[in-house]
Amino acid sequence: MWTWFHRLASPPTFYRFAERLAPWLLAIAVVLIGIGVWRGLFVAPTDYQQGDSFRIIYVHVPAAALSLSIYTAMAVAGAIALIWRMKLAEVAVVSAAPIGATFTALALVTGMLWGKPTWGAYWVWDARLTSELVLLFLYLGVIGLQQAYSDPRTAARACAWLALVGVVNVPIVHYSVTWWNSLHQGSTILSAEGIAKPKIAGEMLGPLLMTLFGSYLFFGAIWLRRMQNEVLVREKRAKWVRQIALQASPADLLDVAPRAGSNP
Amino acid sequence: MTKRRQRLLAVAALVVGVGVAAALGFTAFRKNMMYFYTPSDLVAGGVPEGASLQLGGLVVQGSLVRAEGLKIEFKVADCEKNVPVRYEGVLPDLFREGQGVVADGHLGPDKVFVATRILAKHDENYMPPQVAESLKGNPESGKHSCMPFKAVAAS
Repeated sequence: MWTWFHRLASPPTFYRFAERLAPWLLAIAVVLIGIGVWRGLFVAPTDYQQGDSFRIIYVHVPAAALSLSIYTAMAVAGAIALIWRMKLAEVAVVSAAPIGATFTALALVTGMLWGKPTWGAYWVWDARLTSELVLLFLYLGVIGLQQAYSDPRTAARACAWLALVGVVNVPIVHYSVTWWNSLHQGSTILSAEGIAKPKIAGEMLGPLLMTLFGSYLFFGAIWLRRMQNEVLVREKRAKWVRQIALQASPADLLDVAPRAGSNP
Repeated sequence: MTKRRQRLLAVAALVVGVGVAAALGFTAFRKNMMYFYTPSDLVAGGVPEGASLQLGGLVVQGSLVRAEGLKIEFKVADCEKNVPVRYEGVLPDLFREGQGVVADGHLGPDKVFVATRILAKHDENYMPPQVAESLKGNPESGKHSCMPFKAVAAS
């Protein structure tokens, strides 16, 4: 298993592995999200209290779950990058941040759109909303830090440290509705009672799980693609990158090759 | 000690250190993290009269009185105490007896909470209307829980 792990860490092996895996993840994600959204919006019954406005759950909950999961994944990759100096883990950190920031922003915006018709306000400064906003700023901090260094390895390691410092916010976001009084309600799915006896009717839960897992796979596909791009940029002088470029578009390369050669 | 071991310790120390610092800080400032006070806090007298604050709880069944115009009066309760609330203005769609609410306002001299804005606090249960209807026979299920309203002064 370890040899496989070490092999995968080599950029060309990873590149080919991702090339094969990403389309599958994306295809399954599109199918799951498509069916989930359709069933959530048109088939699932209305909520006894919130009527149709509860349906934004099918976007809001996956976005919020991803915002926390991606940050955790980024911190784990950061620890691996710092301790084992693994280049691919550095790539994983910097590639995950913009996707995480997007999902966090989506969670905040859909939450505000949901808050107005149900609570009566777009925004309040309760613990859940505030800590999720802090999460967005942490992501933006990681992105900004990466841009601040010219050397990609130094930048990635700085990002890894920030990811590790900020990971303390992940449990705070999740448990904010348990530890403190908040306007935001508690967890429907990820709580002790929620897992024992779902707090959401089965025909509403089904589509939610589909958009949830679909979003995880979608993130996986986008993460792999971003990592591939980052690896190509970092290894642009390597022989295997040139070979891939040759296979990709021989016609274009006739034009580009002499310039690439004269530019060490 | 190898270099890698040193880095492992540095990473572990950072994560544990930040975690402990956050735990201590948030325990010390628990009060400040609370979005609202509960009726128990107001009845216990820990809140100065006239100070602007949020009050959260469930609208007590049968306590809602509508006066002329948009004026209403009702009682808000947590698991133990309740407080009368006076309000004039627009209510959120979800406002009704038994519903969780969070009111902005202040405690008047007559111990009535004068609200300037009322928000609905819904819970984490989702179900179709028929299921909610069928739960009505059972007084314990389908009712909103008073558990999310934690007294600020409790610890």
